[in-house]
Amino acid sequence: MFSNWAHAFSVVFTPKILLYLGQGLLNTLYIAAVSITLSLVFGTILGLMRNTKEKLLQTIAAVYIEVVRNIPLLLFIIAMRFMTRLPPLESGIAALTVFTSAIVAEIVRGGLNSVAKGQWEAATSQGFNRVQTMWYIIIPQALRSIRSPLISQFVTTIKDTSFCAVVGTYELSFTSKIVAAHRTIVTAEDIVLLYLLVALIYYVINRVFSGIARRERGNAMKGVVR
Amino acid sequence: MSGPFSLHNWQAWFSDWSYFAGGFLRTLYISLLGLVFTLVIGLVVGILLCGKNRGVLALCRGYMSFFQNTPLVIQVFIYYNVLPKLGIRLGVIAIGVLGLALYTGAYAADIVHSAIKAVPTGQLEAAHSQGFSYLQSMIHIILPQAIKIGLPPMTNQAVNLIKNSSVLAVIAGGELMYCADSWSGDNLIYGPTFVMTGVLYLCICLPISLFARRMEKRSVRNV
Repeated sequence: MFSNWAHAFSVVFTPKILLYLGQGLLNTLYIAAVSITLSLVFGTILGLMRNTKEKLLQTIAAVYIEVVRNIPLLLFIIAMRFMTRLPPLESGIAALTVFTSAIVAEIVRGGLNSVAKGQWEAATSQGFNRVQTMWYIIIPQALRSIRSPLISQFVTTIKDTSFCAVVGTYELSFTSKIVAAHRTIVTAEDIVLLYLLVALIYYVINRVFSGIARRERGNAMKGVVR
Repeated sequence: MSGPFSLHNWQAWFSDWSYFAGGFLRTLYISLLGLVFTLVIGLVVGILLCGKNRGVLALCRGYMSFFQNTPLVIQVFIYYNVLPKLGIRLGVIAIGVLGLALYTGAYAADIVHSAIKAVPTGQLEAAHSQGFSYLQSMIHIILPQAIKIGLPPMTNQAVNLIKNSSVLAVIAGGELMYCADSWSGDNLIYGPTFVMTGVLYLCICLPISLFARRMEKRSVRNV
């Protein structure tokens, strides 16, 4: 067993398979990038809603966040795929956005709450109104503690796109599944090599972001005055 | 009344409720077993990370890095497709438990490690001065304090594990998400199926999340 790696290489690293996987990778990155961007917008709005004094807005945001956070992403992906007329990639984006916005909202809220209360009082005493205080005083400080968990969330979202494989969306995981079932992929070496390649692709992309997230966490800790 | 949420569709769902109850129980069973192994992996790797042996450290970090930075779906594909070719035959439940534990364990190790680090070093020194061995001071002095710090994030990981058990739908795991996916496809009844599946997951996850949140609030107050 495991003697025929050279043959496995020649079977897996063919232009046809690599191009096919490459197309899957592009779709994965497309789904992830659009979902993350949209989630940043909606998540920030939700996070701010959750933190207002307006009871109704607060309740709506709280219910949304708690419900969505406690249901598997896969359910949203399946529901979006089968209950809407959205095309595959877009239905994946919609599901990921619904789900990730709730997580981003929690990160934003945590960041806002991490800013000491005295900052609000000090800003008010200097004649800042609420919007001004938020924009000039609170958000710049909150960003420092938000950045690291947010970038970690990028990693999670990139990994999460692989759930779209369940509904047959042509992203990297599903394309790898198709390739694995191809008639040229036969031996254990072929399969191992194929999945190592796919795992490596995900790993390299995610490792870059988790590295940045870790560095940001270090920076945020350094900046905190206790 | 027609449409995806018609009365007829609801009746059809409720007449097959026992199928979903089976999936629900299977989700609970897989999650519970997965959680036990997750805790074991998290504790062992987390404690090893506090050591100084370079080889062991590199091994632990490599494990965590790989499992945190690749999707669980791919990991499950690997277990499902590669293990049989190596002569290892596991059922879908075993693959599920293994997959969930190795994946969540990588995060649990991080939590255990930082919880132990958060206990002041003076505690270990004090324990040593009282004649405790390393293992004894870990068990009697450090871990009891670390548990208080690590419990809220660990509880959140438990929720993640339960949600992630849905991944087994890709290998026909027979748990709740698989039931929802296959039943709705067979009967072409989507609305009630997805709503009720969501409610069932909420029934498990929401109480645990709320519990974690309460603990977080309490520990913040105590700092």
